[in-house]
Order: sequence, then C-alpha cells, then structure tokens
Amino acid sequence: MTAISLRGARLSYGDRVLWDGLDLDVEPGEFLAVLGPNGSGKTSLMRVLLGLQPLSSGTVTVAGGNQAIGYIPQQRALDQSMTLRGRDLVGLGLDGYRWGLGLRHRRERRIRVDAAIASVGATRYADEPIGLLSGGEQQRLRVAQALVGDPAVMLCDEPLLSLDLANQRVVSELIDKRRREANTAVLFVTHELNPVLPLVDRVLYLVGGRFRVGTPDEVMNSRTLSELYRTPVEVVRVRDQILVVGAGACEEQTHHLATEAAS
Amino acid sequence: MTIFDLLELDFVQTALIAAAVLGLVAGVLGPFIVTRKMAFAVHGTSELAFTGGAAALLLGIGVGYGALAGSIIAAVLLGVLSRRENDRDSVIGAILAFGLGMGILMLALYKGRAANKFGLLTGQIVGVDSTDLSLLVVSSVAVLAVLAFIYRPLFFASVDPDVAISRGVPVRSLSIVFAVLVGVATALSVQVVGALLVLALMITPAAAAMRITASPLRATVLSVVFAEVAAVGGILLSLQPGLPVSALVTAVSFVIYLVCRGIGAVQRRST
Repeated sequence: MTAISLRGARLSYGDRVLWDGLDLDVEPGEFLAVLGPNGSGKTSLMRVLLGLQPLSSGTVTVAGGNQAIGYIPQQRALDQSMTLRGRDLVGLGLDGYRWGLGLRHRRERRIRVDAAIASVGATRYADEPIGLLSGGEQQRLRVAQALVGDPAVMLCDEPLLSLDLANQRVVSELIDKRRREANTAVLFVTHELNPVLPLVDRVLYLVGGRFRVGTPDEVMNSRTLSELYRTPVEVVRVRDQILVVGAGACEEQTHHLATEAAS
Repeated sequence: MTIFDLLELDFVQTALIAAAVLGLVAGVLGPFIVTRKMAFAVHGTSELAFTGGAAALLLGIGVGYGALAGSIIAAVLLGVLSRRENDRDSVIGAILAFGLGMGILMLALYKGRAANKFGLLTGQIVGVDSTDLSLLVVSSVAVLAVLAFIYRPLFFASVDPDVAISRGVPVRSLSIVFAVLVGVATALSVQVVGALLVLALMITPAAAAMRITASPLRATVLSVVFAEVAAVGGILLSLQPGLPVSALVTAVSFVIYLVCRGIGAVQRRST
C-alpha cells in the first residue's frame, strides 16, 4: 500500500499557484527529499500532508492518517527553564493526542518510552531539563518522539537545520535506520541535500510553481535545474557532494506550524 | 480571642474551606498558565471579573455570579480576539483598561456599603457565605473535571504545539477551552484575594515549583502544595493580628517563590 499519494494536487493562494498537477506516490520504506527555494511551497506541502491545509484541487491520502505520522520539526532554542524532560517529550509522541489523564497502562508506556529513548542513544540525558540540552541532543529526542508512535510515515521538516555536521549525520542516520527496519516512508523537507544524499531514493524539486520528481541523478543536473529555474544553472559533483551554482541561495528559513495555523 | 477561638467561628471555617478548594484549582492550573505565558491574561481576566462583580453589585445580584460572568466573557474575548500570540499582549491591555474603567464607573453608581466595593479589588474571604461556598465548590469540581479530560492534549499543545498539531490535537480549540477554565478559576479567586492579587494564587506557586523541578508531574504537585500553604496559611496568619487576608496570602506566596528561586539557582550551579 502506498504511504503517501497525491493526485492532480494543486495549491494556490489567490492568483499565486504554488504547484499544480502534482502526482506523487511515496512507497513504504522510500526516502523522498523535498527541495526548493523559499516560498516554493515545501512547507505548504507538509501542511497539506498533515491535514492543516486543504488542496485547491486534487486529492491527498496519507496511510493511517495523522496518528500514524511521525513529525520531526526543525530544532530551535527552547526556553531553558521549561518544565519538561526529554522523557516527557517522547511520551507525548506516544499518547499525547489522547484524551484524559493517561493513568492506565503506565508500566507499558514507560517501557515503550524507554525503548525509544534507548534506540536514539539518549538514555543518559533523558531526565534532564530539555532546555539545557544541546541542539543535537534535542533532535535525537525528537526522532525518538516520532518513532515511539510507530509511524507509517515520517514527515521531517528541516530536522537538520542548525545542527553541526556530526549531529546532522547522527540524526539523519537514525531516521534512515527506522525506515529500513520498519519500512517507514520518509518525506524529508530540506534546503540542503548533501547531508542526506546517500540516503535519498528520490527528490521532489519545487521552483516557482514548477516541479520535478526523480532520482537525485535525474533531477540534480544542469539541464533539469536550468529548466526548473528558467535560468542557466550549473550542477557540479565534487566527490560525493552536489553543488548547485546560479540558482540563488536556498537561504535558511524558519517557520512554525503553530504560528502559521493561527494566522 | 485566641486563634483557637477564632477557628471555632463558622465564617472562619467557611473561609478555610474556600481557600483550600481554591488552592487546589489554582495550583493545578498554574503550571499550564506559566508554560503558556498567560500571566498577563490571568491579570486581565481578573480585572474583568472585578467589572462583572461590580455590575452584579449594582444590579443587586450575587457578586460571585457577576465575577464568573465577567471573567468567562473576558476569557472568550481574549481567546477569539488574540488569534496570534503576538497580538495577545495588546488585546489584553486594551480590554483590561476598558473593563477596569467600567468597573469603577459601576462602583461609583453603587450606593451600598463601601466595604463591598473595596472587597472586590483586595479580597474579602471572611465575607464568603455558604451559598458562595457551594458555587465555589461546584465550579471547582467542574473545572477540575474538564481539565482532567483535556489534560494530555492540553499539555502536548502547551509545550510542543507544532508536533501536537501534526498529531491532530485541536490546539486552537483547546486554548479557548483552557482560557475559559482559567476564567472560572480567576473569578473564584477574586473572592478570596481580590482582583488585584489573583496572580499570587494562580501564578506564583506554579512559577516557584517550576524553578526547582523539570518533571511536569512533580511541578504540579508542588504547585498545589505551595498554593495551599499560601491560601490556607495566609488566612491563619491573618486571624490573630486581624490583618488583611490578601496581604498575607501574597506574602506567603512570595516567600515560597524566593526560596524556590534560591534552591533552583543552587541546583543549576551544581549540575
């Protein structure tokens, strides 16, 4: 069964068309990277998949619905005095959406939370205030939070942003391990392909209402990107890295689902 | 009279029960209020509870009902008008100032006892009678029951809204429901410590508890204990010297806060 399926999907705000005629199937166990400059509709695609943003036309299905989604947001500074431990954050990923106090099955819950924490190697600092942890430690716990709910689909929204190289590798490998072991589909929004390039099966590249889906080799070449950007773009392979020259910087961006949902 | 004679008195016992119930409600809600950065919203709501109470006084209906109506209206208004967190401060400021002004107008028009007027702002727990007490207990049970039902998703939405949204938690509706719960609790507290000092019960104990633990459960338990000590302890301390209850409630509450800040600073240095 397909994990994510978009058919003839169109999203527009007034006259501005973010994308149109988007057909996309993401299979279980597949790693799809979503690339594109700011404002190309990467975050909007994420919001569509989460059910926060209706399509202008077309259909979208996500296997299992919201409760089968493991969502990993980008790392951002948390309040140092926040009354929350890594353990609590992970626990919310398990049953935070359920009504009530959650007093039953506490033993079983603890076992599952402990296992998720151990699987990302975060046991040592899981009981410390989360605001005092490093960005890399917080993102490991974010992965555990997404895994503990046993997701069929992982939606990763720039999860490596503001991490150093070593932590980028750790976090992306944890995500990769999960999809290999549990056949979880991964949709990975990023402005920087290189850190995850070895893991990526296919790329969805969005630019100004146009898009291209294919393997990294099919999409990340001078001809395809020049067509997408409608301006000469040079794609160079240096060792195992892809460098895109002339497309304008894919500058860093920050966004929060909550603030956008409230607007 | 000794303190033991005073404790025999009906109105003192009623006041103590009212304080204990309030301490529980305020203590349980407090950590959510602090996490959601709603201290100013609570203050604004309590001013509107004052307005509602003043209106009730003028119209000759129970002050408790007026305060309840005022703060629920305030909570819903704040929830609906401040859709963005950035707007919230200014929306509260605007509503609060208008509400307070209306309240003063209504008090000026009121021809009854002056003590009733002053009590709304600074508290008059010894004036709580048995009908007020039953309103307080019923409202408190209702608040706690609703809170128990929405507890987990509310906690999720409060500490981690982005991921909560992704899992289908109705973050926006929850924030309005929570604002109403806070409104009810505020209206109840207004009768004990007065509109100006509600924060001493709703914020200070939770803020103190959250200084010394990172465990949400432990923070809630400590917050309830601190709120009880402040509310009940404040009344007990006020009896013998005959000082205003609200002054002692806020003083006890603040001392606990200072001690917890100290402990928190030491804990942080040692880790």
